Amino acid sequence: MRLDILNRGYRPGTKLLFALIRVFSGHPVPDAAKLVFYRPGFYGAQAKKFTHEAMRGPSGWSVADRELMAAFVSKVNESAFCVGAHTATAGQAYQDGAKVQAVLADLESAPVEDGLRATLRMLGKLTREGKVGAEDIREVLSAGVSRQQVEDALAVCAAFNTTDRLADAFGFELLSPEGFEAGAKYLLKRGYR
Amino acid sequence: MPDDDKKLAAHRALVDRVLNGEGRASPEQRARAFGNADVPPPLHALIDKVATRPTQVTDADFAAAKASGFSEDQLFELVISAAVGQSARLYEAGLAALAEAKGEPDNAT
Repeated sequence: MRLDILNRGYRPGTKLLFALIRVFSGHPVPDAAKLVFYRPGFYGAQAKKFTHEAMRGPSGWSVADRELMAAFVSKVNESAFCVGAHTATAGQAYQDGAKVQAVLADLESAPVEDGLRATLRMLGKLTREGKVGAEDIREVLSAGVSRQQVEDALAVCAAFNTTDRLADAFGFELLSPEGFEAGAKYLLKRGYR
Repeated sequence: MPDDDKKLAAHRALVDRVLNGEGRASPEQRARAFGNADVPPPLHALIDKVATRPTQVTDADFAAAKASGFSEDQLFELVISAAVGQSARLYEAGLAALAEAKGEPDNAT
């Protein structure tokens, strides 16, 4: 990562934890995980709470749908680390990697429900242009999405617009395909806490 | 607490911590990075890229900020402030559009 403190500035106990994870998982600790261990009182602790609530808290959206939203927002932001991580996680959650790839390749022709498609379209516009209008939200609602689901999708969008920016600004190192799959398995088992 | 309130409350806590909690950069510097507004020149390029085109951030942007006297811990905080700030604006814009679509006064933010 671009700051030495994020590569080497951890407390001894945290360094030991990283070493244990490397030994037992067979993969280095991903930079996304390292970041939230650096001075967690400043960012990591609150960021984990918000991201976990958005991604794993009660919602009309499935975990798979929310991971797909994370991958989609990351694709719009061209955030390679987060696209890799959440493409793998959504693929495992749906048990259908082809569906996730189809959404990222062409949302309009992908085999997803109209409500999810309309929601992803709105999140894409918000992420790309920085704003959406009431008419954009009405299109989502008229596709059968509830008000609560719109709010939940906006929370996912907020969480990943933050993480995408940090991944690219701090320069998260990309993982191997096996590394992303291992990380996805962890995120589905443990979430973001 | 309704589910949406828990998400909003967790987000507010994050924003509050980044802006007002203990840190190495001053609250004023963090607020400017959060808003991507009035950021002084040595830092402006880095913060503006984090907010608007983060894939274009380079080692040179960090080197320039460090050369002007910012420590790594301060840059850690200011980059996070910029990322959280831009995301908070997107969140607010989406919630405001939702309130308008539902014909409600916008009290989400």
